[in-house]
Amino acid sequence: MGVGIQVSQLNAWFGATHAIHDIQMDITANHATAIIGPSGCGKSTFVRCLNRMHETIPNARVEGTVKIGDTHVYGNGTSAVEIRRRVGMVFQKPNPFPTMSVYDNVAAGLKLNGYRSHRELEEIVERSLRQAALWDEVKDLLKKKSGASLSGGQQQRLCIARALAVEPEVMLMDEPASALDPISTSKIEDLIFELKQNYTIVIVTHNMQQAARVAEFTAFFLSGKLVEFDKTEKIFTNPGDKRTEDYITGRFG
Amino acid sequence: MLKQMNGPLLRTKVQPNPAQPASQDSPAPVPRQKIEHKSSRLADATFRYLMLVCALSVLAIVVLIVRELILSSALARHTFGLKFFVTQVWDPVSGDFGALPFIYGTLVSSLLALIMAVPLSIGVATFTTEICPPRLRSMLSYVVELLATIPSVIYGLWGMYVLVPILRQYVQPFLAKYFGWTGLFSGYQFGYSMLAAGIILAIMIIPIITSITREVMSAVPTAQREGVLAIGATRWEMIRVGVLRNARTGIMGAIILGLGRALGETIAVTLLIGNRPEIAKSLFAPGYTLASVIANEFSEATGDLYLSALVEIGLALFLITLLVNIVAQLMVWSITRGSTQRATA
Amino acid sequence: MVGLATGATLVVLVPLVAIFGYLIYKGIGSLDWNFLTKIPKPVGETGGGMANAIVGSGLILLIASLIGVPMGIGTGIYLAEFGKKRFGYLVRFTADVLNGVPSIVIGIVAWSLVVVSQKHFSALAGGVALGIMMVPIISRSTEEMLLMVPQSLREAAWGLGIPQWRTTLSITLRTASSGIITAVMLSFARVAGETAPLLFTALGNQFWNFSINHETAALPLQIYTYANSPYDDWHRQAWAGALILIILILISMSLVRMAASRGVFKGGN
Repeated sequence: MGVGIQVSQLNAWFGATHAIHDIQMDITANHATAIIGPSGCGKSTFVRCLNRMHETIPNARVEGTVKIGDTHVYGNGTSAVEIRRRVGMVFQKPNPFPTMSVYDNVAAGLKLNGYRSHRELEEIVERSLRQAALWDEVKDLLKKKSGASLSGGQQQRLCIARALAVEPEVMLMDEPASALDPISTSKIEDLIFELKQNYTIVIVTHNMQQAARVAEFTAFFLSGKLVEFDKTEKIFTNPGDKRTEDYITGRFG
Repeated sequence: MLKQMNGPLLRTKVQPNPAQPASQDSPAPVPRQKIEHKSSRLADATFRYLMLVCALSVLAIVVLIVRELILSSALARHTFGLKFFVTQVWDPVSGDFGALPFIYGTLVSSLLALIMAVPLSIGVATFTTEICPPRLRSMLSYVVELLATIPSVIYGLWGMYVLVPILRQYVQPFLAKYFGWTGLFSGYQFGYSMLAAGIILAIMIIPIITSITREVMSAVPTAQREGVLAIGATRWEMIRVGVLRNARTGIMGAIILGLGRALGETIAVTLLIGNRPEIAKSLFAPGYTLASVIANEFSEATGDLYLSALVEIGLALFLITLLVNIVAQLMVWSITRGSTQRATA
Repeated sequence: MVGLATGATLVVLVPLVAIFGYLIYKGIGSLDWNFLTKIPKPVGETGGGMANAIVGSGLILLIASLIGVPMGIGTGIYLAEFGKKRFGYLVRFTADVLNGVPSIVIGIVAWSLVVVSQKHFSALAGGVALGIMMVPIISRSTEEMLLMVPQSLREAAWGLGIPQWRTTLSITLRTASSGIITAVMLSFARVAGETAPLLFTALGNQFWNFSINHETAALPLQIYTYANSPYDDWHRQAWAGALILIILILISMSLVRMAASRGVFKGGN
């Protein structure tokens, strides 16, 4: 089952640049929350703070509190590696490991963390690929086809399967379909629908229709600040803030 | 207008795929083998420390080089002081050592090599980047780089069998006849001479000067070339002004790097230079370089002073090449910006 | 002027053809099974070979690789993955300096470190000298290859909760592996032909030697010794040895070229 995320007074910097300001948000378990906003508004930065990926950038800094379930993400005793095992991430551009087969890609998160049992690995790989709606397309060539030789849409679903294999509680998706064609995009959106039942999903998207299609909740970011956060229906039909309305109606961004 | 975006916002657009196994609908099962939540901090720290040790060992090696050279040459340095570098005598029997003939030999042979190699290298680089048809380009550069893979000892062997006889039979008589008045081409025509060493060194440093020159020439933006052509320059003028002038610093760096190589070259030179510790004006005379005297005499040196003097020669060679290489690195770095760029996603 | 450049190119190509041609001409006649399997005979007797030198080179190169490859790759990994600004520049600069040190000076240092303390010449000393020479070549190339691996792959691994050390070894290094192997083979080919650093470390040997603690023959060293000698038969053998040396070097260079053309990423990218 997925868990909820509580974000409180979250700030992040790139060197001297203050990228996100005082974000306060409660993300509901087992639902999909979309993050929308114009380019450079901090949506990706915010999401990367949730699984401590932001700090991998030199001179990057985070302050504030993030709680995933009962765990303080930035707590004193918590290691970043721990958090990243519990939070899966899918990136904008598919990034399968090119030297590994499809099978090895999906199993990577487990094998490289010490998982030994071969039989169980096979089951987990199959289950993850089914969850990612990729199983039928690759099941005959699992160990022979390299991860990089699939089409763009397949690669992204492979990355989703890879993230699912370690059984995270939260799935973060940073514009997962923006580099893909419409058919692949639609497949991935269907996927998100299925995944919602078992995982908490946070999806960054610049495509408002996509947010409307897949997410129950939407957050609108502007210039590093959270402007409005509410049920998707409300955001798109009756936004509370004028800036939200301007963005939705296409007056900027 | 907002109202137009109504409609089924939150309803599923597509039915779930019925082929999915039933486990899809139940909560995600717990993996049977627990993924070990061992802290990886220790492993990460150890790994980083190990890599740091490797990097530090590079520094350690250079420190060791300096240390060993200084320590093992101590006896000679204390015995002769700075006079070592201006004394012409090299007499192992009486224990009187001076490095001047070798310094002279090293410098003259290297400069001679540069005089011959630089125009040829720039010519080849120009040809490869500006004139040669693109299809031949990579083959040509491969062939020139092939010259760089030939070991020094093979150059020396070839020099003994081919270069020296050619010098003795054709080149030296020719030079003596027409240019003997300069004083550079007089005396007995041994064949094994400063001239032979200079020529073989020139052949050996051409590849490195060429390849770096090629690199900096290719780095000159097309806009520069086009700009010069646009004001009506000929092809050669375009090359001279649009490319070579812009790549000036880099080419200087390449030349100095080539010099550094020539200064340290040992085996080919030893086989061809005649190995006589004398200072002579004529290029036909045999000579001796810092590297050659070490190569010839080190393993047979008797007595601590003898060995120490040879190590001091090694120290001198090290310092000279260090200086030259640092200057060259700085020049090449200023063009190519030293560190490599990280690839972005 | 354009003609001058073309002329220069032709002039430069002449020695290349001349050297290779002459090498084959002089060496091919003396290359026979005997040469490859027998050790040198005393002066005056015919039929000796350079088998011990070929094997000796192999032994010395093995020792050199054991020293040079881990240190070189480790330094490269440090510079690419961890190198902070100033310290990284210092190490890189030092490696470049090390690259430019004349090989005979490295020989002196290896002599001073190993031969003097052990009080005898050895293959080990020779291996140390060549190993030191391999480090900067391998380190520079390893760093370059690792920097070519896109950051997105590292992020994918981190996102899965794979620790830094595992990411570097199993993902980053593995992706760059063919490029790194190329660099290692190139450094190998370069030091395989070196004579100067072996002159007073491995010293050379007219007989078989398989121990790292004794004087050992090496191919370039043997060629040099024979070339320097006054005996015609030894000169003949020097040519044969030279031919073998260049063939071995060319083989490894071709392997390098083949590996490089397969691209940095296996599986195509």
